[in-house]
Amino acid sequence: MGRWADLASPQISAGVFVQCQGCKKALFADEFRANLKVCSYCGHHHRLTWRERIEWTFDEGSFVESDADLAGSDPLSFPDYTPKHSAAQSKTGMTDSVVTGMAKLSTHVVSVAVSDFHFMGGSMGTVAGEKVTRALERGCEDRCPVIVFCASGGARMQEGLLSLMQMAKTTAAVERCRDHGVPYISVFTDPTMAGVLASYASIADVILAEPKALVGFAGARVSKQAQVTKAPDDFQTAEWVLKQGMLDRVVERRDMRATLSTLIHTLGYSLRNKEARIG
Amino acid sequence: MAKSWREWMKNLLELEDLVGQIKTQLVQESDPIRYAELDAKVKSFEDRRDKILELMFSRLGPWEETLLARADPRPYTLDYVQNVFSDFLEIEGDRRFGADHAIVCGPAILEGRPVMVVGHQKGRNIQERTYRNFAMAKPEGYRKAVRMFQMAERFQMPVVTFVDTPAADPGVESESRGISEAIAASMLAMFELTVPVVSIVIGEGGSGGAIGIAAANIVLMQEHAVYSVIPPEGCAAILWRDPAKGPQAAAALRLTSKSALEFGLVDGIVKEPFGSAYRDPITAATLVKEAIIESLAKLDSIGLNLKSHRYERFRRAGSSYMKS
Repeated sequence: MGRWADLASPQISAGVFVQCQGCKKALFADEFRANLKVCSYCGHHHRLTWRERIEWTFDEGSFVESDADLAGSDPLSFPDYTPKHSAAQSKTGMTDSVVTGMAKLSTHVVSVAVSDFHFMGGSMGTVAGEKVTRALERGCEDRCPVIVFCASGGARMQEGLLSLMQMAKTTAAVERCRDHGVPYISVFTDPTMAGVLASYASIADVILAEPKALVGFAGARVSKQAQVTKAPDDFQTAEWVLKQGMLDRVVERRDMRATLSTLIHTLGYSLRNKEARIG
Repeated sequence: MAKSWREWMKNLLELEDLVGQIKTQLVQESDPIRYAELDAKVKSFEDRRDKILELMFSRLGPWEETLLARADPRPYTLDYVQNVFSDFLEIEGDRRFGADHAIVCGPAILEGRPVMVVGHQKGRNIQERTYRNFAMAKPEGYRKAVRMFQMAERFQMPVVTFVDTPAADPGVESESRGISEAIAASMLAMFELTVPVVSIVIGEGGSGGAIGIAAANIVLMQEHAVYSVIPPEGCAAILWRDPAKGPQAAAALRLTSKSALEFGLVDGIVKEPFGSAYRDPITAATLVKEAIIESLAKLDSIGLNLKSHRYERFRRAGSSYMKS
């Protein structure tokens, strides 16, 4: 057996193995990456870093980050928040859990927000809420579609009520997009939960999800405790949520780019034409 | 620390019980000397009670505020509806799935002006609590609220919402009918409104379940209400793997009305009578009524663009705690 590498590590060299988190089989690391971190045996979609997500979804080199320096604070002086937050920053190289900017998708300009679960579980505090809001507002200002990749355990409790307010703030921004006729697509990746699911994530024009992504309001333990109703085996998986009618398509990672392109092409048509008329 | 309001108030409740017993004796007493004795006893016990209350309320911490917000004699939405409005008629249907009794709504009159009322409703005994699902609304509750918001817009009525829920219903059924979408869609519907919207947290402002009907132009909190992103017990379970550390979590979460005002996340605090709202529900309702009327007057004076006013209000949330 060769050496084993960390799944999240961007530098995976040839001859190194990684273990699939789904079927536990050993995979060649370079093949694993070439397969967009999807297991070639069981199809398990492993979590991505924001950088991988952008590289593997949008036109090469087209991404320009916005609000990269936007930083938060510890308004509540919450126990252990500052050290936890700093540790997440040095681990991921991010300032907070969401990265936003402009990118191109099959030459169409789009406003993008990507949340990264590796940063404090992708939780939404003031900075994440602000960045998602600005990404949606940029869609209105620049008259381009908005694509948001969700990966979050929910609102960040260390910022208390300020985090809860981000649910309303981001929702208001979605409403603005609707007013401006700006198509907004959200993609549920593993996991999309709680305060994020109960705000901007769930009210997109079109909702896509990656296979088997965990999608739910309450943690499965709480849900199961709360009622006598037995939870089905596939409870809170993307496939189950699709069956309930709460999302629109489950899309494999290798098809995500093409699916998004098609949607942007069709839903963004009137936006582009209006733009042409104004211009 | 006490786990419930009843436990925290145990001594005081016993004292009040005693006063009640003596008062019953007093009514039956015919001997004037004995009567005077008992009367003096009542007065001295009541004095003692007020002193204890004063002491308790002079050093309320976040956990005590949490217990007070959850206190079972605390006035609930329908108590306020009765004392603040006239001509309230409950509207029950969501037109989608079924009736939800955790949220009550309907049109009413406030000092001659028609308004649309939406609020969480708790129950006081086991039967009521079950019927109200502990004020934990399911998707159908939020979808009923959306109907009310849209009706208010159609008939140009201001909206008044009362927030009092531990959380939205987290069960499997709610999940299957899209509780997350229902909450988000309810906020979305509020952001579409051009009519004035006032929300008041009267007890527990429990996370998503609360904000789902609190996207208002003016958000108020009663003095002894709490408003939080997560229940303190839940926070303690996640952070310290110990739900019993609720009191510490309550302090860390800064969930009191005073903190919410300091962070600029609510627009005002509505005073409560001495010893909190349940000790004098009529006065509490009067104070709530005055606050709503004053808020609506403020919004009337803003004039046309209440939709963008609401947008800007939430747009600011937290902006003073960021730098770039």
